[in-house]
Amino acid sequence: MYHKKECVAMLLAGGQGSRLYTLTEKTAKPAVPFGGKYRIIDFPLSNCVNSGIDTVGVLTQYQPLELNEYIGNGQAWDLDRTFGGVMVLPPYQGNKSADWYKGTANAIYQNLAFIDRYDPEYVLVLSGDHIYKMDYAAMLDFHKKTEADCTIAVLNVTLEEASRFVIMNTDDNVKIYEFEEKPKHPKSTKASMGIYMFNYKKLKQYLIEDENTEGSANDFGKNIIPNMLAAGESMYAYPFSGYWKDVGTVSSLWEANMDLLGENPVFNLHDRSWRIFSRTSASPAQFVGENGVIDNALVSEGCEIMGTVKDSVLFNRVTVEEGATVTNSVIMGGVTIKAGATVNNVIIAENTTVGAGSVIGDGTKPGDNITILGSDLSVPDGMAIGGGLLVNAEKLSELV
Amino acid sequence: MSTTGIIFSNLHDMSIADLTRKRTMASVPFGCRYRLIDFALSNMVNAGISDINVITHNNYRSLMDHLGSGKDWDLARRTGGLKVLPPFITAYSNDTNALYTSRLEALKSIQGVVAGITADTVVLSDCDAICNIDLRKLIEYHNAEDADVTYAVKTIPLTAATSEHYNIISSDENGTITDITAHKKGVEGKFDVSINIWVFKRQYLQSSLLDAAAHGYTSFTHDIIGRSLNRKTFKVYRYDGFYANITSMADYYAINMSLLNPANREALFKVKERPIYTKVRNSAPTKYVDGAQVKNSLVADGCVIEGTVENSILFRGVRVGKNAVVKNAILFQDTQILSGAFVNCVIADKNVVIRNDVMLSGHPTMPLYIEKSKMI
Repeated sequence: MYHKKECVAMLLAGGQGSRLYTLTEKTAKPAVPFGGKYRIIDFPLSNCVNSGIDTVGVLTQYQPLELNEYIGNGQAWDLDRTFGGVMVLPPYQGNKSADWYKGTANAIYQNLAFIDRYDPEYVLVLSGDHIYKMDYAAMLDFHKKTEADCTIAVLNVTLEEASRFVIMNTDDNVKIYEFEEKPKHPKSTKASMGIYMFNYKKLKQYLIEDENTEGSANDFGKNIIPNMLAAGESMYAYPFSGYWKDVGTVSSLWEANMDLLGENPVFNLHDRSWRIFSRTSASPAQFVGENGVIDNALVSEGCEIMGTVKDSVLFNRVTVEEGATVTNSVIMGGVTIKAGATVNNVIIAENTTVGAGSVIGDGTKPGDNITILGSDLSVPDGMAIGGGLLVNAEKLSELV
Repeated sequence: MSTTGIIFSNLHDMSIADLTRKRTMASVPFGCRYRLIDFALSNMVNAGISDINVITHNNYRSLMDHLGSGKDWDLARRTGGLKVLPPFITAYSNDTNALYTSRLEALKSIQGVVAGITADTVVLSDCDAICNIDLRKLIEYHNAEDADVTYAVKTIPLTAATSEHYNIISSDENGTITDITAHKKGVEGKFDVSINIWVFKRQYLQSSLLDAAAHGYTSFTHDIIGRSLNRKTFKVYRYDGFYANITSMADYYAINMSLLNPANREALFKVKERPIYTKVRNSAPTKYVDGAQVKNSLVADGCVIEGTVENSILFRGVRVGKNAVVKNAILFQDTQILSGAFVNCVIADKNVVIRNDVMLSGHPTMPLYIEKSKMI
């Protein structure tokens, strides 16, 4: 017998994130490392836990191995529960059909049985692509108060930005009357954050209808939301104010990492009232050597800093040898920057070694022309790799 | 061959009384993010021992908090796993001596648990020995020699001042123990000393405990080992890795500081396939703000550093304000050094606050200890 849950969260984590190039070659986008010790998925998962939602289905599809291993039994987020907890939901072979998840709506549709077990009143649909801290419980309160069938979290963007987002046009009571995807002439600046709260009965009904509609893209944004709106369901926009960032591109990933730095960072990780949980390994403390210089940086456990680190984010077990300089960069776990190497405006993926005296990246305009080094590479001593290059194993052998 | 572990969490508390006033020896913080028991636990776990009993005595709340279910050491198991054994005191007894004062009495207090052990060998370990030892090899050696008890020993130089803190183990060329000199003052020279890790044949441990109960024995070294030196097979196993034994506050300070030497960190924390595990706290990475100057220091996660830090050990969540200077200090979890303050040779316990512009200094041989949650 399963315990009834008021609200179940469904986290869409199947995205490939192809604009992150080599960073998502072997892993799904939600498993991409972020902020010194986290992965993108830690943010929605921690938000769930901090909001009191203890039943989360994680829908995986693209390169799920690393993500599955990372989530494990959910212990790191306190989601290893006897009743509820986190459950990884890959596509499966059924009695009548075996399908990949055709779209976001189809992914949820295929797992209606999972949701039914908890007999929830509400279902929260999330995506695993964004960095933000949000109290979903407050959104649920709003949803109940407005007696909505569906509530969509929205962020106020500038009018110029608005044409890059899905925009919700609302009346004075933030009731949604129209929905425009990337409008050329936006009427409002309320951009959808891809966070939906549904009354489960309604959601189920629309998912089943959509599944039976020939030619549907089975997508929330393209089908479910427009259909509900067209049918006159009660839909509200929940205004969110705070930090929210889609880290789907190299430059937005870099920017989001830089947003963590400084005395009063744009996005504060050191906020104990809203902790971000993650799976961490047991590395010893970080060591700063006699000649080590760290200026405006985020540094994690297991790092050994003998050189200079400036305006950068370092994940765990990064070694910066004597005379090496790391500036404006994001250095992921296990990377070694050998003596005298210079790294500027670069994102380096896990376990890569940068040879002594190498010069990587172009720092003339930080944030522009970012260089990416993929994982497990071994950049030879004295090599120069210019700005804007996306280097994986194949590309490196070409360059050498 | 299966093995069970037993860890003593409260022995030698008096040697660092300041730090153990509100905690066990086992839960004394060490090396930025560890507690002393992490070494004994990790050594056992790394040798495949997954059934571990921790004997407690008093003020063990901090230890319970640190250990939790044991999941951080992979010891949250349905079969075996971590068991914390609180002191056994009956409600109707006025026996104030029910709490043990020696290692043997500690074992007698868990007689029932020991009697129930079915593993072939039992590893016993104290908590104040800081080392990363391959217990697998020790157990293999013990079994190959068919010993009743095997002592892990390390050859170290003793001075007149330190010798009383050690048990000197004499052995013949076959590694058979011939004599034990316990806590003798004024001995100088190189000797094999016990690092307080032992392997017992299970039956021998069980029968000697029954014996000890029947005869009212109280000393492990004198009664269990000493009385049987010629009748049983007691062996030594020489360990030559990093080993440090905390016998005083000055020791505690010096051993922490010795971690600033990369070779020591290498030997203790970076042994291949033998990591040291500890409780995970989920702190954010440490943030160095513009103007931070950090040199030759070990810093745990979750710190925010805006001032100067030199030759120091910072635990998780420490904050060092603008223009504050921290030198040769050990700052426990969540301690705050507010802007303009200056501390040198200080051991600050958890949640200490050193307010703006306060200056405090100790000496390496007598570090200034500031108790938990104190505001200065």
